[in-house]
Amino acid sequence: MSQSLTLNKISKFMGLGFISTLKDLFTGKLEKQDYAKFLRKFIVPIVSIFLFIGIWHMGAKALYNIEAEFKIEKALNEQGQAAADALKACIASGDISCQPNTLPSPAQVWDSYKSLLNDHRIISADKAAFKEKTAALNEKRIADGKDPIVYTGRPSFVDQIFRSLKTVFAGFFLAFLIAVPLGIFIGLSPTLKSAFNWFIQIFKPVSPVVWYLLVFMIVKTLLIDSSEDSSFTISFISVGLCSMWATLVNTAMGVSTVDKDYINVAKVLKLGPFQKVFKVVLPSSLPLIFTGLKITLSVAWMVLIAIELLAQSPGLGLFVWEEFQNGANDSNAKIIVAMFVIGIIGFLLDRLMLFIQNTVSFDKTDAI
Amino acid sequence: MAYLELNNINKTYGTGDNTSEVLSNINLKIEEGEFVAIVGFTGSGKTTLVNLINGLITPTSGEVLFKGQKVEGTSHDRGVIFQNYSLLPWLTVGQNVYVAVKEAFPKKSKKELQELVAEYIEMVNLTPAINKRPKELSGGMRQRVSVARALAMDPEMIIMDEPLGALDALTRGNLQDEILNIWSRNKRTALLITNDVDEGIYMADRIIPLRPGPKATLGPEFKIDIERPRDKTELNDNTNFKETRNAIIEYLMDIGNERKSEEREAFVLPDLAPKDFVNQFK
Repeated sequence: MSQSLTLNKISKFMGLGFISTLKDLFTGKLEKQDYAKFLRKFIVPIVSIFLFIGIWHMGAKALYNIEAEFKIEKALNEQGQAAADALKACIASGDISCQPNTLPSPAQVWDSYKSLLNDHRIISADKAAFKEKTAALNEKRIADGKDPIVYTGRPSFVDQIFRSLKTVFAGFFLAFLIAVPLGIFIGLSPTLKSAFNWFIQIFKPVSPVVWYLLVFMIVKTLLIDSSEDSSFTISFISVGLCSMWATLVNTAMGVSTVDKDYINVAKVLKLGPFQKVFKVVLPSSLPLIFTGLKITLSVAWMVLIAIELLAQSPGLGLFVWEEFQNGANDSNAKIIVAMFVIGIIGFLLDRLMLFIQNTVSFDKTDAI
Repeated sequence: MAYLELNNINKTYGTGDNTSEVLSNINLKIEEGEFVAIVGFTGSGKTTLVNLINGLITPTSGEVLFKGQKVEGTSHDRGVIFQNYSLLPWLTVGQNVYVAVKEAFPKKSKKELQELVAEYIEMVNLTPAINKRPKELSGGMRQRVSVARALAMDPEMIIMDEPLGALDALTRGNLQDEILNIWSRNKRTALLITNDVDEGIYMADRIIPLRPGPKATLGPEFKIDIERPRDKTELNDNTNFKETRNAIIEYLMDIGNERKSEEREAFVLPDLAPKDFVNQFK
């Protein structure tokens, strides 16, 4: 009983309420009147997922046929009947060399997903072997004061996911460090507000690409002497600058619209500025600050792909771009795999923020 | 010299054509140790008056003197109990009081402050709820926390802005007694703003009606010569109580009626008759 209660609490807390419904089903605790709720919460999403995959499959098939017909027609017009027949036979046989290049079907995407995982396993094994092989040598090199030898092979898909997460969290952290304190100051002081207002209004709508170029100009000069790869630095700073605006605006708004009653209390108790900010202003604007941070994290994750692509910083963005440039017959499927991975991670990041918000916020019902 | 003095206070809100004069020509003197109640209708400018006295707002003209000094801004000498409790919902009961005493007695050690908090929370009988948040408390309990917070700062004067306005009759009665009990211990000067005449008579030494705004001003004062401690049930049979009560209510009703008759405008209806449609189309 108590265990179920905790699971209930945790899943509600993280906004994953369907988990507890599922558990109730398996433990036979589901009441009759709950079946409608169960249907709505669990069966309907599953049905819609299958519907989605079905439509996708049929759409992909239709596109495949259009592309194949076009190819055969082209061969017929340019090279004659024999070439067209050969191509037709080739396509029908499933040979990779002549497959039409279009939207991949769900099955192809699933295969690509498995091949990417397999690839990761191979690379991990390779890495481990490399580490083992160089362990003794590296120890000696470190003892001699030389740099150890590091693995320089290509990163696997999973490595790139982690690299992307690292970039996004570094960028998010930067946005947090800039936007929250600045937002508090702007919210507290009308003078600062009018000083910064034009700045916010003008820079807020600037596109991630332009931010990237701006950061590139500055960081390139600042790190002119450094031989290190600056792509990570550039991409995380760009991500931070792109995504911080939601937090900045929300924090400033939250801080400047604290309930007048609380401000009166602060005045009557004669709280000092420090106490006023930490005991009254911040707790009361916390829900809005978190709404801003949630938007910031999702924007950061969204622009990350574009920025990694431009900065040539290894990660999901670069992966997508390289696959697109690569043009191998399973490239499109790999791009779709990356798309789903990006979407799912984005969703999990949002839940993570909700979890943190519920933990620190005073009013649990305020979470949006 | 009076303890608290209001001289020719005017307070207007807005500018230009939108100006509305809320308080007009307010004069009030309160002596040390006195318990004064101001009674008025809702919307008559009571809260504005309170905020002027506690220093949250400044008068448009006139001056507020506290112990001969002009009031500029809030002070720990004047504790305020707000109508809507105004507790900080993210702090527990203890923390709410702690924030106040920490500001009021910056020199005391943490342990002394915590003892002080415990003492005042015990005084309002909330010790079992010290670690609860305001959300978990009933309205009466919240207002008791508010009382504890105001008193813990050891103010020389307590200003209460309809402190019991939102409570049910039973809780209200209990809290009235509690506040009177606490007040009678060291007889701080107290100002109670209320819309309940009975409450005013039960608690105060002097009742002053506030004529309703706009341009609210204070009416003639009524002295309550009933010995303390007063008993609620006996009070109902007390002739003095009945007379004072009737006099105040009559006075307030009269102002109300006066206003109503002032407001009543005679509208002259235009002399119109329906058009003769039938003949028009002949």
